[in-house]
Amino acid sequence: MTTANKEVNELIKREYEHGFVTDIEVDTFEPGLNEDVITRLSEIKKEPQFMLEWRLKAYRRWLEMEEPDWAHLGYERVDYNSISYYSAPKRKEDMPQSLDDVDPELLKTYEKLGIPLHEHAKLAGVAVDAVFDSVSVATTFKEPLAKAGVIFCSISEAVRDYPELVQKYLGTVVPHTDNFFAGLNAAVFSDGTFVYVPKGVRCPMELSTYFRINAANTGQFERTLIIADEGSYVSYLEGCTAPMRDENQLHAAVVELIALDDAEIKYSTVQNWYPGDENGKGGIYNFVTKRAACIGKNSKVSWTQVETGSAITWKYPSCILRGEGSVGEFYSVALTHNYQQADTGTKMIHLGKNTTSTIISKGISAGKSSNVYRGLVKFGPRADGARNFTECDSLLIGDQCGAHTFPYIESLNKSAIVEHEATTSKVSDEQMFLCRQRGIDMERAVSMIVNGFCKDVFKELPMEFAVEAGKLLEVSLEGSVG
Amino acid sequence: MLSIKNLHASVEGKEILKGINLEIKAGEVHAIMGPNGSGKSTLAQVLAGNDAFEVTSGSVTMHGEDLLEKATEERARDGVFLAFQYPVEIPGVSNLQFMRTSVNAMRHHRGESEMNAAEFMKLAREISKQVDLDPAFLKRGVNEGFSGGEKKRNEIMQALMLQPKLAILDETDSGLDIDALKVVSDGVNALRAEDRAILMVTHYQRLLDHIVPDFVHVLAEGKIVKSGGRELALELEERGYAWLGIKDDETAASSALSNSAN
Ligand SMILES: Nc1ncnc2c1ncn2[C@@H]1O[C@H](COP(=O)(O)OP(=O)(O)O)[C@@H](O)[C@H]1O
Ligand SMILES: [Mg+2]
Repeated sequence: MTTANKEVNELIKREYEHGFVTDIEVDTFEPGLNEDVITRLSEIKKEPQFMLEWRLKAYRRWLEMEEPDWAHLGYERVDYNSISYYSAPKRKEDMPQSLDDVDPELLKTYEKLGIPLHEHAKLAGVAVDAVFDSVSVATTFKEPLAKAGVIFCSISEAVRDYPELVQKYLGTVVPHTDNFFAGLNAAVFSDGTFVYVPKGVRCPMELSTYFRINAANTGQFERTLIIADEGSYVSYLEGCTAPMRDENQLHAAVVELIALDDAEIKYSTVQNWYPGDENGKGGIYNFVTKRAACIGKNSKVSWTQVETGSAITWKYPSCILRGEGSVGEFYSVALTHNYQQADTGTKMIHLGKNTTSTIISKGISAGKSSNVYRGLVKFGPRADGARNFTECDSLLIGDQCGAHTFPYIESLNKSAIVEHEATTSKVSDEQMFLCRQRGIDMERAVSMIVNGFCKDVFKELPMEFAVEAGKLLEVSLEGSVG
Repeated sequence: MLSIKNLHASVEGKEILKGINLEIKAGEVHAIMGPNGSGKSTLAQVLAGNDAFEVTSGSVTMHGEDLLEKATEERARDGVFLAFQYPVEIPGVSNLQFMRTSVNAMRHHRGESEMNAAEFMKLAREISKQVDLDPAFLKRGVNEGFSGGEKKRNEIMQALMLQPKLAILDETDSGLDIDALKVVSDGVNALRAEDRAILMVTHYQRLLDHIVPDFVHVLAEGKIVKSGGRELALELEERGYAWLGIKDDETAASSALSNSAN
């Protein structure tokens, strides 16, 4: 082992700054999963009948499904009967009518997380939906958005207030039969965000959701649905944090995006769930199904993700490129440290003519972590003139971590063009020495080198979040060097 | 300022420096010459604190303080600067960001406030002109795709930005054409100051036509075999290393070349 690498490995400890717990009165279901629990969940949410039926159908099917067994992920199986499927802050009313009705403790929580929800201190130009455990607690900027015709609310509200839209699109991109976690999510999804941007509307501000897991022994089953109607544009960002706990907690999300003709959705994620401690104890299991359907001609979806948290991440934001000339993009930074495991990547399914996709994946591994890129690029028989460009770069910090790349390509069309580039590099002793010789300490040096490595992805993030992402990497790398 | 006593150092168990003694005072320029593989870069790296090299015995003090017990970045903050013979690339990190981080780390150490982006930009532009680098290069990744000459000028630029107490220049002249050599030499001459020492490592004497050293030392097989004034460099040029009983085919050939070119 070289000297710098030894130092890198010696000081593997880091502080997770969002690890506090909010002490708040909650309504929580007793642990366990059965049809009764699902019925009660649906009742609490005052859902229309179709929703309950949809959930139950998914549940019955899920019971027959097998949990996936990925070679590169090692984890203790979750006992689905030992977790609670609903936890929500107690409130006088069923829903807060305004921010004044939101428990001050909760507002404080979000402020601590750097997301002020109060009208006077709101994030400039960014509308926020805040999801706390199983429910959405506040959505800001509703009025100016409504003026533009944009619907931005919690999915629970959407189920009640816009049942036609929900019924028309929910589950069309990720059916409950898709995979084990998607099936579970369909049965018990708690809350998430709903966005509808009408024809020809350019959403006047960034939309974002902050997901926060607080309660112990609960799972968070986020469900997000975004529909961009013809010629519309929306940029959406989600951020996620959780307290530090010794037990693993489950976050099984489903996100569906639908882009009609000439519509564009930019979806960015900064995922910083609690990753577990330096011995691999605790942390969030982040099992997520994210998929976009580019139904319309010349529609476009970009996924940009910065994944630094979670004990295990299992996530492949994908694009089904059905519309002629539609475009899919995937820009990813995944950083693993200590005993974190990430298995992430994308699927670009080219069905329509002249569809194009770009994949840029940057994996960074430190400590004893394992970082896998798994990607599929598929060309259907009618995807004439389709093309994909893929670049997968891995950066290793220290020599006890691993990086693996599994790019799969399936082509049923001879005219399809694929370009693939892959590199693996290390933060070299020479680079570290150069930085240190210029007076820069090791931690700063590693974070600077890693940020440089991620530059192509960060530039895809909305401005204010690019800065946040850079800082997050720095915090996440704390203690990766001595 | 700098006092090296009986310095021994090895890499991967092989002894490279076999007892170096050298005294350098503030304001002086010393040149270290010697054939390839004689240990010039090793000496430079050991002084800067590269821990790939192990110091097995001897001592080095700077301003009376033990240099060897300090970490690389502490030495740098105390004013030790090394212009690398082979500057490494840091992809995606702009030169500007790199230098600003560096300058601010030094300022922080001195208890000074950080330089803001605008102030820094102004300084960086001025100095980049001084070493004849297009300010556009500030936005490029550190040494990323730089030509050999650009890398060397970049090193000198950094020295000028950081204003070190001890500047160690490792073959900053190699691979430069005449014009670039002039630019780099002017940069080094601009560094000359009462309170600063310069240790120049070079394989060829031509650099010394531009930067006139106060002392010249010849390093061979890990030892300083001869020291003198600048006339020693001229004598070396005429007579080659063989004159000192040192084997060096390459220098003999190239000095013959430069003689015929003159
Ligand atoms: N990192 C290293 N690993 C192994 N050997 C090295 C290393 N660096 C230098 N050496 C050896 O040390 C000797 C001196 O090298 P160096 O100091 O670079 O000489 P110079 O700069 O005078 O050409 C050479 O024999 C070289 O091969
Ligand atoms: Mg050398």
